[in-house]
Amino acid sequence: MGAYLARRFSLMLLTLFGISIIIFLMLRVMPGNIVDILYDAAGYVNPREKAKIEAELGLDKPIVVQYATWIGGLAQGDLGYSYVSERPALEEIVPRIPITAKLAGLALCFSVLIGVPLGVISAVRQNSGMDYVLRVLSLSGLSMPSFWLGLLILMAFVAYFDVIPIYTAPPETWWGELLLLSVPAAAVGFRSSALMLRLTRSSMLEVLRQDYIRTARAKGASERSVNYHHALRNAILPVVTVIGIEAAFLMGGLIVTETVFNVPGVARYLVTALTQRDYPIVQNLVMFVATIVVLINFAVDMLYAVLDPRIKYSES
Amino acid sequence: MSTVDFDAELVKAGATAHTRLARLRYLIWRNPLGAAGAAIMGLFVFAAVFANVLTSYDPLSTNAALSLAPPSSAHWLGTDPFGRDVYARIIYGARISLAVGIGATVLGSGFGIIFGLASGYLGGWVDLIVQRVMDILQALPLLVLALVMAAALGPSLQNTIIAISIPLIPYVARVIRSNTLALRELPFVEAAKAVGMSEARIAVRHILPNTLAPLIVLATAQLGSTILTEAALSFLGLGVPEPYPSWGRMLSQSAAEYVRTAPWLVVFPGIAISLAVFGTNLLGDALRDILDPRQRS
Repeated sequence: MGAYLARRFSLMLLTLFGISIIIFLMLRVMPGNIVDILYDAAGYVNPREKAKIEAELGLDKPIVVQYATWIGGLAQGDLGYSYVSERPALEEIVPRIPITAKLAGLALCFSVLIGVPLGVISAVRQNSGMDYVLRVLSLSGLSMPSFWLGLLILMAFVAYFDVIPIYTAPPETWWGELLLLSVPAAAVGFRSSALMLRLTRSSMLEVLRQDYIRTARAKGASERSVNYHHALRNAILPVVTVIGIEAAFLMGGLIVTETVFNVPGVARYLVTALTQRDYPIVQNLVMFVATIVVLINFAVDMLYAVLDPRIKYSES
Repeated sequence: MSTVDFDAELVKAGATAHTRLARLRYLIWRNPLGAAGAAIMGLFVFAAVFANVLTSYDPLSTNAALSLAPPSSAHWLGTDPFGRDVYARIIYGARISLAVGIGATVLGSGFGIIFGLASGYLGGWVDLIVQRVMDILQALPLLVLALVMAAALGPSLQNTIIAISIPLIPYVARVIRSNTLALRELPFVEAAKAVGMSEARIAVRHILPNTLAPLIVLATAQLGSTILTEAALSFLGLGVPEPYPSWGRMLSQSAAEYVRTAPWLVVFPGIAISLAVFGTNLLGDALRDILDPRQRS
């Protein structure tokens, strides 16, 4: 286990290192840097002044030096400065994290609370009318862009309550915040709940075909006990392992949904920074997202070994 | 991995289907949802091909006098703030969505096939390096990678296709690799080697055709996700640029502010996106049931 952990951990660092290189290179091949964009808007370019600003931002140095500066700073907790606000990137990013984290947590709750029970029902009553309805519903949930669902929810609020539940000012009470965030969370969560439903269903169906389920039935266990005690407990394992995929999936939904609902979180900030060519913000944010995804996958692997005693990570 | 002999399947099921039409009817009867998906996709392809016949309006020409006209007999789905006919833009938008969807899927699958075949068939250090690169590409959420790529390349139709195709590569490469690893050990590969066939020829002529079934299933599933990604990118303003009538971009113009004043701008493009993706998903599920024997109950 120890050797496996160490190997898995170093692989994780290697992946993050690779991501940092790819992101850095991608941002550097972008046509036009921030200085060009600023001057494009002004309409007139004084080459001397332009060179001065480029030097200030370190854009005149070779790419390798720029990369080393970034990674060196990152190791010491210095993320550089935002080109746009000229404040430290760390101060721009950190306050936005809790908002997105709350939103993601709420969305995950929605998706698990809706997706898992419906997935079980769909599997237990395979090929029934109910199963067909749920399958078509989940498939249509996966087919709807989450930003459109968000817009539809906004429309419903306007029609029935005559309010638009978008984020305008920071809410004062935790209850107000919960209410405000639960609307976009429902928009994101609905889509992931569709994914959850499909995963739970196929995992349940797999387990229900196993011999030990027949044994349980043979010894006279009730349908209820077979489905929930014997089947679900085994079927839930593969569902846990896809939490990593789910997290990445959720992130995509958050990016568009935060934009629709005007939520000032990190996901929307990534889009803003990309359109403004704010490299220090983009590269650090992407690294942050990648780190979260990689860490979740790592944690899930470990969790899997804890939850399923049949799995032993060997030394080989 | 195995190809499906429909005739044998049909005989086994006791069907007396001898004409092509009867076989088609049988397939539809066995997979009503898949048939519905195929019909929806057919509808969109039809709309894309015959866009100029289906509407007499120009999707690009603006008319200030008609700004934000609600749905009427002249403009079935209303008009946008520039007075452009929404129905015409949705019909022409099918061209953009399908072009980006099919283009990105083909491009992503193409690179995925090359990497997967090389990785699985050659093995060794090639495999090691390709697998690490795929790990890296897969560690980023699909939309994040596509967003950064799209921003890096700049907004244009071609760049949107490239940006969306990159995140697909690892998924295809993994499927092709694992299939190749299994196929490589089979006797027909040994036989091909014995008659002196080159490695590259074996990989392309003998391994690749046998990975076709999982590839078709995967590509259909990915077609839906590429259409969704294009919509999201264009919605965020980093995808297909003006003046192309992209469904996602139609929603970005009409976002939250028109929710109150012009709901037709919000509802119809969204229906188009959802329906197209729904069609590919239904078709993809049915194809998986037909082509992937392990899933069959």
